[in-house]
Amino acid sequence: MIGRDLLGIEDLDRSDIERILQTAEHMGEIGEREVKKVPTLRGRTLVNLFFEPSTRTQTSFEIAGKRLSADVVNFSPRSSSLTKAESILDTARTLDAMDPDAVVVRHAVAGVPKRIADVLEAPVINAGDGAHEHPTQALLDLFTVRREKGRIDGLTVTIVGDIVHSRVARSNIYGFLKMGAEVRLAAPPPMIPAAVETLGVKAFTSLREALDGADVVMALRIQNERFAGSYFPSVREYAATFGIDRATLRYAKDDAIVMHPGPVNRGVELSHDLADHRPSVILDQVRNGVSIRMAVLYLISGRLHRGGVA
Amino acid sequence: MQEKAPGEPRGARNGPRTILDETGIRRTLMRIAHEILERTEDPGLLYLVAIPNGGVPLAREIARNLRQIAGIDVAVGILDTTLYRDDLTTTAERPLLRLTEMPSAVDGRIVILVDDVVKTGRTIRAAMDALMDFGRPQVVQVVGLVDRGHRELPIKLDYVGKNVPTSPNENLRLRGDAGELRGRLELVLEPSDAADSDDSSRSARKGGGA
Repeated sequence: MIGRDLLGIEDLDRSDIERILQTAEHMGEIGEREVKKVPTLRGRTLVNLFFEPSTRTQTSFEIAGKRLSADVVNFSPRSSSLTKAESILDTARTLDAMDPDAVVVRHAVAGVPKRIADVLEAPVINAGDGAHEHPTQALLDLFTVRREKGRIDGLTVTIVGDIVHSRVARSNIYGFLKMGAEVRLAAPPPMIPAAVETLGVKAFTSLREALDGADVVMALRIQNERFAGSYFPSVREYAATFGIDRATLRYAKDDAIVMHPGPVNRGVELSHDLADHRPSVILDQVRNGVSIRMAVLYLISGRLHRGGVA
Repeated sequence: MQEKAPGEPRGARNGPRTILDETGIRRTLMRIAHEILERTEDPGLLYLVAIPNGGVPLAREIARNLRQIAGIDVAVGILDTTLYRDDLTTTAERPLLRLTEMPSAVDGRIVILVDDVVKTGRTIRAAMDALMDFGRPQVVQVVGLVDRGHRELPIKLDYVGKNVPTSPNENLRLRGDAGELRGRLELVLEPSDAADSDDSSRSARKGGGA
């Protein structure tokens, strides 16, 4: 069952994921109406607590909340990964005293949303914590794939790039495996986590082999400024070895789709042409992100009254 | 199997009792189609909007009847009212959403909401709110295949299939395949929170502190 909080895909089972995707399917229709708003969360307050800036995810949650008529408050305290846990929890407790109905948390350190969830009355939704998880991103990716392919079960999904630092990769690995897909990883060896194959995925250092017969190609963002020189020799070399363009895409299935969590480094993870055109579905991912977050807010907020009257 | 079930072990006053069988439902929907035509000056403005799940096969059947009687094609929409329910703050478990599909604009149209069983009127209230988010109909009317009474809101039906006096803790539902007009309307006595009924009263009962 979907619990009080949404901290990671690891905690969900297949039926939870199905329920969220199913709900998102109906939420999408609201975005196509003239009045893109339903009264479901009227009088509820949603707080976006973003310790790490993220315009895209924050905006997506904000639009999702507003389409459900929640009051949305954005709160972005200054914080670094060095900030003591106590002061982060203080901030969270202060916020909690204002009685929000749900809190969306992003933080650069893995585990912070969980720590916050432990002290808050309000349910917590993880919007990305360090290299741990980014559950709503994986849900919107699953949703996008299912809409494109009609199913997830039995598909081959190849995730390319900085797996080891990527919460998107981790959440997607859990998500696609739970939904019955085969998951492959392709990256320079230092970017593949040790013992990752124990999760049930296959790791490749050859892009060509990893793409062979893939239905879905998911490129991850390379944080070039941070890693060039240590994880791979240069950005140019990375692009030449692991960048996806129309030529490398030929190794995948003819009808393969290309995904990216954004923002794309054009000419690095994806060629300029692929960043903007089919078979990449990047803008569909963004659009679907709003539906997924509406679904999550709807389902989570049904369990607001912890230990209260049924 | 429309038995009276005199010896039902539930100890119910009545076992499942068939209110309308398939023939009865079809006949009733034909009569309602005639009534709609009688009372509508410009049938070209008609737009049938079904409340899922029970309203969907009924609205489709009415549309078929209108085509047969008057040779007109009437649009059929589907409008899920779940996100407009007035009891969402009191239910712990979120109800499943259902399909909404509104193929044409509602502005200036004569919209006829179609539901299988109307009781408290809360579902119709939610449907009207939802409808207004799609535009400004000229007129909104309501078809209920069965009117159970027990109204909690000032909602009246324009077209009634059958008035069925019931006690509040009885459940009335349309048995049959979703989307297909097969099966029968049954009156079943069961605990108020059992079964996924399309009965509009569920909201009210839970809100009332069940």
